[in-house]
This record gives sequence, C-alpha cells and structure tokens, in this order.
Amino acid sequence: MTDVSLNDGLDDGRTPEAGFGDYLALLKPRVMSLVVFTALVGLLVAPAPVHPFVGFVAILCIAIGGGASGALNMWWDADIDARMKRTRGRPVPAGRVEAGEALGLGVALSGFSVLMLGLATNWFAASLLAFTIFFYAVVYTMWLKRSTAQNIVIGGLAGALPPLVGWVAATGAMALEPWLMVALVFMWTPPHFWALALFVRSDYGDAGVPMLTETHGARATRNHILAYALLLAPVALALGLTSVGGPIYLAGSIALNAAFVAGAARVWRRDQATAEADRFLAERKLFKLSLWYLFLHFGLLMVEATPLVVRLEGAVAWL
Amino acid sequence: MALRVEHEIHRRRRGRNVGLLVVLIGFVGIVFGLTVVKTLNLGSAAEMERFDHVARPALDVAAEREAADTTDAAAPTDQGEEETQR
Repeated sequence: MTDVSLNDGLDDGRTPEAGFGDYLALLKPRVMSLVVFTALVGLLVAPAPVHPFVGFVAILCIAIGGGASGALNMWWDADIDARMKRTRGRPVPAGRVEAGEALGLGVALSGFSVLMLGLATNWFAASLLAFTIFFYAVVYTMWLKRSTAQNIVIGGLAGALPPLVGWVAATGAMALEPWLMVALVFMWTPPHFWALALFVRSDYGDAGVPMLTETHGARATRNHILAYALLLAPVALALGLTSVGGPIYLAGSIALNAAFVAGAARVWRRDQATAEADRFLAERKLFKLSLWYLFLHFGLLMVEATPLVVRLEGAVAWL
Repeated sequence: MALRVEHEIHRRRRGRNVGLLVVLIGFVGIVFGLTVVKTLNLGSAAEMERFDHVARPALDVAAEREAADTTDAAAPTDQGEEETQR
C-alpha cells in the first residue's frame, strides 16, 4: 500500500481506511458478551475438569466464532444496514470497511475458531461451533431474517447454542443439562427482543425486514411475549432439577420467573395508547428484567457449581 | 492534497498494524501455551515421543511387551478358576 491511495476520498469527508476498531466492530462485541458468559457457564458447570488455559482458549474460540458469524452477518446485510438509522454507522455501510473484507474476515475467523477449538478440546465441540456459525450466518441471516416474522425465534438458536459448545468442550459428550441451558436462552430470546421492539422505534419495515411488531402489530407482539414467558418458566425450573441445579438455583429461578411472568402479564394487559401515555414504562421494565433474568439464571448455575466450603468462605468474607 | 509527515491516516494505519501485531503475538502465545499444557498432561515421556510424526518402532515393541506382560499376569488366574471349577 502506498500513500498515493490516500488522495482518494479524503476531500469529500469519507474515511477510506479502516482502523483496527472497525474490524473489531465487525465482530459485534456486545453480542459476543452473551456468548462468552453462557459458554463459560456451560464449560464450568460441566462434570469434567478442564485445564484453565484450555478452558480460556475454548471460550476465546467460541467468542471468535460468534464474532465471525457477526462479520458474515454484516457482509450479507450491508444493504439493510445502510437503510436503517441504528445500523447506518456500521463499518461496511459507512464505507470504512469493504463488504468483501467483512466476508474475508468472517470466513477466516470461522475457520480459525473451529480449527483451534478442535485442537484445544475436541472435534465434537468444534463441529458444534461450526454448526452455530452456519446457523447464524446462513439459516438466520441469509434465509429467515428477510422471509419470516418468526426470524428471531428460530434464529435465536444460534445465540442459544454456546453453553452446549462449552459443555461439550469440557466433556466431549452431550447431556440433558446443556440442552436445557440451550432451551432457556432459546425461549428467553423472543420475549427479550420483542419487549425491546415495542418501545424502540425501528425502521425494519423500511428496510424490508419482517419483524413481528411491524407485520402483526403491537397486540400480537404482547400476546407472544406473555406466551413465551409462560413457556420459559418450566424450562428454567426443569434445569434446577438436574445435576447442575440445586436449592439456590431453584429458589432464585422461582422468584425470577414469577417476576418475569408478572411483568409479561402487565405488558400483555396494556394497549398501545396506554403504553405511549407513560412512554412504555412496563415494556422498558420487562426488557431490563429480561437482562437480569438470564444473567442471574446462569450466575446461579455457577453458584451451584461452586463447592459449599468456598461459598461459605465467600459469604463470611463478604459479611 | 499535500501530505503532512504525520497524517491522521498514518496514525490509523499504525493502530491497525499494532493491533495485528498484538493478535499475532496472542496467537503464538496460545499455540505455545496449548503445547505446554498438552505435553505436560501426557502420562509418560514415551507418549511425548508419539508427537514426533516419525515411525518409532521402539514404542511399538514396548507396547507389545507391555500387552504380553498383561496377558501373562492374567493367565494364572484363569488356570486357578479352571481348577476351582473341577
């Protein structure tokens, strides 16, 4: 690369060269945090010891795999992103990174993360990570997102799989517990997202993306939120009855699910006029609660996995 | 447009290069760390030799001898069982 290329585009205010941060932004770091946390819990609660360094590499690979699917998403959805206010500033539609670069980065990091996870842990976990990337990039991004209002429901599976990948990385085998963790995230995603969609003015419709709030309206979205909240509760409680659960998890889960169902019922009872009158207060509360809901459920699984002595010592130290 | 010695673009490029350097060093660190962990977790030094990617007949002979010893050790027990049955 020479300085001659710099003359192009500098005068018109464009930024022709990407910084390192632009490439990081392609990996959707905020989405990555959920992936890292749930995968870490899946790995730590698994009944098999993992060397800390191998565990660190496994989580890193899962995070990079998640980031790679984010880059592939930004490559494919560059046209949609350019039409929506929220996503207009992303590196590809903003012109800082070329779409081809996003594709190259996504493919390269996908291959790298799968290969490294296979070498660090086992090839079963690596193939599950490959499936997760495929599901997000191809099934969700390329197929479902533009074709059905249920896109985030089915596509949510990609975001739900990391705890299973973490578990398999540790044990090398499937079990009921990680699948219940997957089900927990899977059933949590729709009410979490739709609560947000109710109070955030989106331009998905202008971009041609069918979202439930746009295609079926607010009433149907409220009905869906309550239905998913009710279906979510037994899944969350069932996890407490398995080997990774326990009394602390169960007590916390009962309280969280009672609060979540009550919040969803509050949102369900309201109509759009009432919601607009108090600037979507109940919807905002439910969205905030949904963040705590998932964080605390997985946090409680970690607590259950911690030996009693360590827990008691920690409690005494805290007091 | 005349380029100054230190243009904003140069700073951005440097940032990108430093970022790539950090990533590459991190990659080397991960491969090195994994190698150390995997080799230290091997059962015996003989197993470490299996990573040479070269045929090691001595290892196979040792494995055969070990298998034969295990069979010999098990044999008297079988005889004992037969005598008991009689």
